[in-house]
Amino acid sequence: MIALENVTKRYGGQTVVDDVSLTLGGEGVTALIGPNGAGKTTLFSLVGRLVRPDAGRVTIGGLDITTTPSAELAKSLAVLRQENHVAARLTVHDLVEFGRFPHSRGRLTVEDRAHIEQAIDYLDLDAYRHRFLDELSGGQRQRAFIAMVLAQDTRYVLLDEPLNNLDLRHMTEIMRLVRRMADDLGKRVVTVLHDINFAATWSDRIVAMRDGSVVADAPAREIMRPEVLRAVYDTDVDVREIDGKPVALYYG
Amino acid sequence: MLADPAAPARSPRTRPASWARPGVRLAVLGAVVLVLVAVYLFTGVPGRLAFALEIRSLTVVAMLVVSTAVGVSTVVFHTITQNRILTPSIMGFDAFYVLISTVIVFVSGSAAFLAFDEITLWFVQVVVMVAFSALLFGWLFGGKRRSIHLMLLVGIVLGTFFRSFTEWMQRMLDPLDFQVLSDAMFASLTRPDETLLVLSAVLVALGCAAVVPLRRTLDVLTLGEPAAVGLGVDHRRVVMALFAAVSVMIAASTALVGPILFFGLIVANLAYSYAGSFRHAWTMPTAVLLGMVCLLGGQLVLERVFGYGGTLSTVIDFAGGLFFLYLVLRKGAR
Repeated sequence: MIALENVTKRYGGQTVVDDVSLTLGGEGVTALIGPNGAGKTTLFSLVGRLVRPDAGRVTIGGLDITTTPSAELAKSLAVLRQENHVAARLTVHDLVEFGRFPHSRGRLTVEDRAHIEQAIDYLDLDAYRHRFLDELSGGQRQRAFIAMVLAQDTRYVLLDEPLNNLDLRHMTEIMRLVRRMADDLGKRVVTVLHDINFAATWSDRIVAMRDGSVVADAPAREIMRPEVLRAVYDTDVDVREIDGKPVALYYG
Repeated sequence: MLADPAAPARSPRTRPASWARPGVRLAVLGAVVLVLVAVYLFTGVPGRLAFALEIRSLTVVAMLVVSTAVGVSTVVFHTITQNRILTPSIMGFDAFYVLISTVIVFVSGSAAFLAFDEITLWFVQVVVMVAFSALLFGWLFGGKRRSIHLMLLVGIVLGTFFRSFTEWMQRMLDPLDFQVLSDAMFASLTRPDETLLVLSAVLVALGCAAVVPLRRTLDVLTLGEPAAVGLGVDHRRVVMALFAAVSVMIAASTALVGPILFFGLIVANLAYSYAGSFRHAWTMPTAVLLGMVCLLGGQLVLERVFGYGGTLSTVIDFAGGLFFLYLVLRKGAR
């Protein structure tokens, strides 16, 4: 499990994550929602050891992230960030190979190659494997990065806004994939999502943040209520039932 | 459950055409360097061959030391900073070198500067340059701040300060002193002192010994800090080690031949497009060999075409400036 105990992070005088205690990484898909500036990405950065907490402790599978070697943690936790700009010209295959770095330190074994093949197959990237990343569409690029995360072969997978800048078809495609990763491969996926309908449709649990604190944490269906969403986003959200599923309407 | 990784039907590496393979490209480049070395050593000998060879081979070794230091450190610097139009000189390395020499001339006059023991001078310059960068780096990256950009910015400001201060002192100099100083400040590869050459070569070799085992980690660093950390790279420790190696190599080569400003920028960027792979195991040696091609080619043009009518650094800075403009404009056009 990924456990945060009384974690606080401040930037300047502003508290971005405020005394959060939370356990993530249960079975299935957990969605992290909340308005911009709620502290979702900072929370990911804290777990992904990119920033150090000012107070509190983060453990992954019982290992304290400040004392455990980074290479060890990279075998149980993979993080896909929001921005993935790469200066060098890499092919899809090169990128996916990097996923094996925590295991092989760059010297690929037969087992590493098997994992790379599996990840490329799983993301249906075989036809693009020798393409350069800057020659791919947004959806293909996102799949390539997810393939890298998959090749890392970790129990926990953190995805920060994987649907950013994708069109309808690719958004659905990525969410279907995330679901399959959880159901077929047993990954514990935690993902930041902005579209609450995607969160409700594809995740098992929703954690809602606001102003650096967790304001709601429940199964998806319980979060999809006007009063809860109002408290999270400070905006009126109508929730209707369509074919037995709650759908939030917030288009105006 | 999986296809056998060695199965030929879907080999993960469909063999590219032989020219596209990095190994072939590097070998071709190596052959070009050997040819240039042979041309430089054996042609246009005015007197006894043995005498010419003795002097010229020292120059070739100096070129190798400089290309290695500049090529490897610039590629590493680009990877650390995630920016390919920088050179380590942005940290004020050359400016600091010129400042040290200017202070010596300013304080003790050109006669004393020329009489100064070369080895002591080299030693002082290396130590002061490394100390300066260690201080800057330790303060801005090693501490709580941990920001490469802040460090670069402070480096630029300090570099500008050194340059202005140097200029001010140079204006106060006696014209003869100034003449001696500006002569010494052009990079020169011919007739290096043997002891200095050996000392510099040792430092550069030590730098390489630190960088080469980290080549695969450097590959991961091309993805940027967040992704590298996610893949288990101890970013802070690795960058500190790499930066220390870069400082030592640059200091040693600058103290040996003088400032070569754009040289690293040209060879590193040519290496990225020529090497045929982003991997540092290929880009770094390619940059070094391209450095040899530039230096040997430049020296040959200078000696045989212009009859020593200039200095190598003028030729290289001119070409480097043009190439830099090309890089910036091409970036803008995209």
